[in-house]
Amino acid sequence: MSGILAFGVLALVLGLVLGLLAQRLRGGDEDQEVVDQIDQLLPQTQCGQCGYPGCRPYAEAIAAGEADINRCPPGGEAGVRALADLLAVEPKPLDPDCGEPAPPMVAVIDETICIGCRLCIQACPVDAILGAPKRMHTVIEAECTGCELCVEPCPVDCISMVEPTPNPQTWRYRKDRLKVRVENRTTA
Amino acid sequence: MDAQLGERLWRFHGGVRLPHEKPMSLAADPEFAGVPPVLVVPLRQHRGDAAEPVVRVGETVNRGQLIGEAHPGRITARVHAPATGVVTAIERREVIHPSGLPELCVEIETRAGGTDEDLPPLDWQTCDRQALIDRIWEAGIVGLGGAVFPTHIKVDPPPETPVDLLIVNGAECEPYIAADETLMRHRPKDVIRGALMVARATGAARTVVAVEDQMGAVEHILRKTERDLGAEDLQIVKVPTIYPEGGERQLIRVLTGKEVPSGGLPLDVGLLSINVGTAVAAYHAVEHGRPLISRMVTVTGRGIRQPGNFEALIGTPVSYLIERAGGYDDDIRKLVMGGPMMGVPLPHDDLPIMKATNALLGLVDYEVTRKAPELPCIRCMACERVCPAQLLPQQLLWYTQQGDFEQVEAHALFDCIECGCCAFACPSQIPLVDYYRYAKSEIRARAVERARAAHARHRHEVREERLEREQERRARRLQKKREKLRDRKAKQAEIQAAIQRSKARRKSGEESDDAL
Repeated sequence: MSGILAFGVLALVLGLVLGLLAQRLRGGDEDQEVVDQIDQLLPQTQCGQCGYPGCRPYAEAIAAGEADINRCPPGGEAGVRALADLLAVEPKPLDPDCGEPAPPMVAVIDETICIGCRLCIQACPVDAILGAPKRMHTVIEAECTGCELCVEPCPVDCISMVEPTPNPQTWRYRKDRLKVRVENRTTA
Repeated sequence: MDAQLGERLWRFHGGVRLPHEKPMSLAADPEFAGVPPVLVVPLRQHRGDAAEPVVRVGETVNRGQLIGEAHPGRITARVHAPATGVVTAIERREVIHPSGLPELCVEIETRAGGTDEDLPPLDWQTCDRQALIDRIWEAGIVGLGGAVFPTHIKVDPPPETPVDLLIVNGAECEPYIAADETLMRHRPKDVIRGALMVARATGAARTVVAVEDQMGAVEHILRKTERDLGAEDLQIVKVPTIYPEGGERQLIRVLTGKEVPSGGLPLDVGLLSINVGTAVAAYHAVEHGRPLISRMVTVTGRGIRQPGNFEALIGTPVSYLIERAGGYDDDIRKLVMGGPMMGVPLPHDDLPIMKATNALLGLVDYEVTRKAPELPCIRCMACERVCPAQLLPQQLLWYTQQGDFEQVEAHALFDCIECGCCAFACPSQIPLVDYYRYAKSEIRARAVERARAAHARHRHEVREERLEREQERRARRLQKKREKLRDRKAKQAEIQAAIQRSKARRKSGEESDDAL
């Protein structure tokens, strides 16, 4: 009887000490770290399809538990899985409200139509558009994330999304040459 | 230590014995392939960044003139005009690469005459080390054994890892390919001098030339040349012909018993290896001031009428070289760049010879048809037994099929040299190397994507900061203005000044119409 009592008291005291210490030692840095880790997994298109003004705000919302992990179409199913792995939750299908996942594209300005209004430059989240007022603008392909934010503001509809120029660095060995289909791990 | 080298040979793990097909192309003496009417010279023929074109369309170029400049601090190499002629195009063309993606090329319509723009010759025995390294850079020398790594970086090891032993690799292990053997047979002096020169450039304490035991007279020829040139401190070692003996790590193991650490370089264990062809090209660059504008190419196989070895200009069309070798046999089924184990199949022959093109191989029906269809892996471990990199090919296959690239990397995929032994040994006929190439390209592409994302994040952050700064500045200016206007008199003066300004502007606007 006294043994149970002694251990009960011991457990209570130790629990209290640990609880207090945990509160004491836990700083705001940890939250920042979680946000950073989530941000690392997001594709950084800054497209806002998730409903937040950029990848970092979305990461913050996920960390705060305000947003679900399936709101990023550019990240695709693989992105959702990576987030699920990180946060130790079940992966779920992409939220169709946010849009369909699509292959990465880049914006191209039809320079014969462009009137130099600067609206697309203001819309571009990564400063990938170059131009001066009333002068033709152009997209720096290497910097474009394919977020499509410049398409809608254009008053003359001269911006279109096209497939990026292929290059040997991002080229993938042809999967279709392999007889056995290569599958993705956790979807199976 | 010196006396021991070559006395005892080690064995590397695995490997396979393959039929020796080199004599097929060695029957005839090597020839210069000639100058084709049109050369297409790719500006990326090497590992790393492409060279920048420094000539214009319509310009006349001389043989040896620089046409592609590169950044000395980067992994890249210069490109030179292989023949005199006129630049007719600078555009993207299909080159020999498994992706079939186009690369920027300089097209030259060749002409007779013109002068050679060679570099001034150097005396390699007396000039200092740095001059040799600089010359190797100037001449655009890259590794001709297959990896096409820029040689000027390779021969300039950092001071903390000096070269104890330089291995000049003449163990050309793919069956059929005899480009290096041709050099050793017919230009032994260049090989020996090249080896000595590279040894001087790298500061190597000892040098060894490795040849295969099935190369017959090659060893004797080299030994004789060595005696004639009085280069006794050079060692020539014969190694047993087991594929892939000529792999850098495998040859190092056989000669020294050392293992190059996973993910490391031979330099980590005090070794440096260089291909025979590269040593010869470097020697010509120094002794004759000749940039890398041609190379030895083996054109062989049962699908070629008169197999042989040809000194071909870089940019020569594959079809031209095939024609020089008597054309295709009627039975040809497949044309390959390289050997049967590691080669790249060519979709057609309208492609240029590059610095890395060591062989063109025409295979006939029975050599290409599979004996049986691809079957599931039965985990028999035949692949594991032959893998010269001591990997677990069956696990790599499994994880690749699962799409679990983290595990693929953890199982040291990047130590795979794609030699093809596993696929050769596989009783289920699984093209294992295709899976590994796919996995490697996928992992690399993902790394590029991650880097791009980090870059985009940075740009986004910088933009956000800038916008914030601008907004603050605007707010401050507004604040200042408001304070100014508080005083009534000052306010009146301000208003008057503004009216004056606008009047003046209107006036000048009438006089000269603003361009914008």
